Amino acid sequence: MLSNLGNILLFSKVLLSLTIIYFSYQCIKSSREIIFKKIYQISLLQSTLVLGCFFTLIAAYVVSDFSLINVYQNSHTAKPLFYKISGTWGNHEGSLLLWIIILTLFSFLFLIYNNNHPKNYRLYTLIIQNILILGFLFFILFNSNPFLSLSPIPKEGLGLNPILQDPALAIHPPLLYLGFVGSSIYFSAAIASLITNYSEKSFAFSIKNWVLISWGFQTLGILVGSIWAYYELGWGGFWFWDPVENASLLPWFAMTALLHSLLVLEKRNLLYFWVIVLCLITFTLSVTGTFLVRSGILNSVHTFASDPSRGIYILSFLSVMIFGSLFLLLNKYRKENKLIYSNSKETFVLINNWFMMFYLLTVLVGTLYPIFTDVLTNNKISVGPPFYNTVILPVVVIFLFFMAIGPKAKWVKNRFDNLGYFALLLFLALVVNFSIIYFFKSSTILSNLVIISSLFLILSSFFDLVNSILKSRFDLARTISHISFGFLVLFIGLNHNFSIEKDFNMKVGEVKSFDNYEIQLQNLELKTYNNYKAIIGNLKIKNILLKEERTLNPEIRIYDNPETLTYEAAIKTNLIKDYYLTMSNIDRSEFYNIKFQKKPLMIWIWISVAMLVFGGFLRIFKNAKIN
Amino acid sequence: MQKLIKSIITIIFIFIIMIFYISLGKDNSYDTVNLVGKKLDSIEIQSFNNEKFVNTKSFKDNSFTLINFWASWCGPCRAEHPILMNLKESKSLILVGVNFKDKKKNAKNFLEDLGNPYGILLKDESGKKSINFGIYGIPESILLNKELVIIEKFVGPLVEEDYEKILEEIGEK
Repeated sequence: MLSNLGNILLFSKVLLSLTIIYFSYQCIKSSREIIFKKIYQISLLQSTLVLGCFFTLIAAYVVSDFSLINVYQNSHTAKPLFYKISGTWGNHEGSLLLWIIILTLFSFLFLIYNNNHPKNYRLYTLIIQNILILGFLFFILFNSNPFLSLSPIPKEGLGLNPILQDPALAIHPPLLYLGFVGSSIYFSAAIASLITNYSEKSFAFSIKNWVLISWGFQTLGILVGSIWAYYELGWGGFWFWDPVENASLLPWFAMTALLHSLLVLEKRNLLYFWVIVLCLITFTLSVTGTFLVRSGILNSVHTFASDPSRGIYILSFLSVMIFGSLFLLLNKYRKENKLIYSNSKETFVLINNWFMMFYLLTVLVGTLYPIFTDVLTNNKISVGPPFYNTVILPVVVIFLFFMAIGPKAKWVKNRFDNLGYFALLLFLALVVNFSIIYFFKSSTILSNLVIISSLFLILSSFFDLVNSILKSRFDLARTISHISFGFLVLFIGLNHNFSIEKDFNMKVGEVKSFDNYEIQLQNLELKTYNNYKAIIGNLKIKNILLKEERTLNPEIRIYDNPETLTYEAAIKTNLIKDYYLTMSNIDRSEFYNIKFQKKPLMIWIWISVAMLVFGGFLRIFKNAKIN
Repeated sequence: MQKLIKSIITIIFIFIIMIFYISLGKDNSYDTVNLVGKKLDSIEIQSFNNEKFVNTKSFKDNSFTLINFWASWCGPCRAEHPILMNLKESKSLILVGVNFKDKKKNAKNFLEDLGNPYGILLKDESGKKSINFGIYGIPESILLNKELVIIEKFVGPLVEEDYEKILEEIGEK
């Protein structure tokens, strides 16, 4: 029954998209200056239907309706309700439905919130967005339909991969999708702007909040994914340069560049075509990422059961998008004649964009290189952290200096009358850095430079904050985001420099000591839960110097459906450090492999990213207030 | 000039899409089990005790060779060690140990504590050489015949059944 309902809703959605495109086209041709009321109504109906469609699938998961292949393959009656629901988007077909929801809702919201912009611009945006929706709807209907039925109906489902049964992972996909699928709206708007020659600064106004929204959610999505990797994957890292993580980072770089260059378009009516290029590549990179993940070309923790036919469909869709927008862009492109002085805020924004493009290209090359070598030379290689760290880290140092100086520059033509001020900041940063080294014995030149440059940015943003409070001329959003980014790099640097990692093979009762620590495997406990059994280690960690004792309980879990072994890290977090402990069994021996890590300031890395996003959202509220 | 730039941009995109298309048809699941039945490449790898390099071609002198990848830090390697010690007794089999991403001192202690089953001991400090053998984790073992063809691969620690299997393959059962 739910299968039929779902399919009917999907087909009606196709019809509604076609209707919207038809009426929008009629409305463009008509001489009336306002948009037909029925277009709003159909858009609203379309959004309602797509939500209905999604709730139908959720309902099928909640009641464990195994007459749907999708539910049978990804759920199980013994699964907790929360994971039954999150299982809806924890698989390829269900997550595509989430794609459609975001495409549709953004389309509707863009239509109703931009009523002070030209009619044709809004309608073309609506048409392009609905073409995107249709593309994905056909993909769902003909290739990845979550409502396909199964007969005879199985009594039990196959279950959801246990490592995906995690609260962080339940919200990770929706957040990330709001980010990169959300970028579709300014892809559509950019094309509409090219078609209707709507190139003034008011175009920047129409998309800037959408860029901020998608950027904010993209950042949050990446953050939650990192937190999940840190807690769940069990080796204590939070960023792996996994190709799929990179796929989420690529649009993020483009979005970050875009939200800065939009400032120039908005204030100076410059860089219009560059803004358009960034709008187009953000969503194109999002679809490319989806292609890489869903086609199975890249192997990673995110790869769904791969199927080449999916790849061909997305690739065809991607090609149409790329060549369509490229054709339009190249035809409409004309040189801008206005001058940008090399010493001006505009230049600093451009510098930000060059850096972003540099990071983007580095990560893109690193991600695609293995695919290219495999095809061209038949060599299977992988590009790992050493590549990214070597290429990106030194550049971050320079970037942070510019990030501190840039906001101080004036529009049009700048004069540096504050060199003394920057010298003082640099001096302060050096003092703090050397005290860190003196007390904690830091290491390489590069790590010193990273700390100095991030401190420089933090101090500069901090004084900005104080200054703007005194003059009550606030740019709180920018200051918070910049200071958070400085802190993020600083904490990552300190965390990297002062982490301790030790590995032991231990028997129950054994004690090992190292540095100031003593670690004892006291005993093991076996517990049975609803859908898994757990061997829980009871380990005591003693810091001899601080006379501090902690008990940590890492687990080895044996899940029933599907039968899988997972290792759960035990993590004790406080404001200064994390203790991170994992335990794994060694076959046919009484030894357990214990990995102990001390990771300083871990929680501050998460807090910095959260603050970075907070800055972004603050800007949205401020913009809304002005409007 | 502008036309040229436009053409270059378009060609780059066509090239990328083509590569994507071709890679769709490629089997990219990395599974070293496929290596069984293939001849081992000629690989130079450093000796454990001195700076000399040993070429895998030299394994031709043995009737059968079992290359075992291990490290002192690896728990499962400890677990499979008694089996390797038993295999040492076999007449037609030479054991080659490749010490993987390890500290020399720890590796030496490991062999002193548990015994040294290896006729030839090599090291791969960076772990890069082992990739050429199709290794992606340790312990792993590869059984070669005289022609250097891989006749069996064992991913993970060797267990009793593997021991029986190896004896069967080398005709000592």
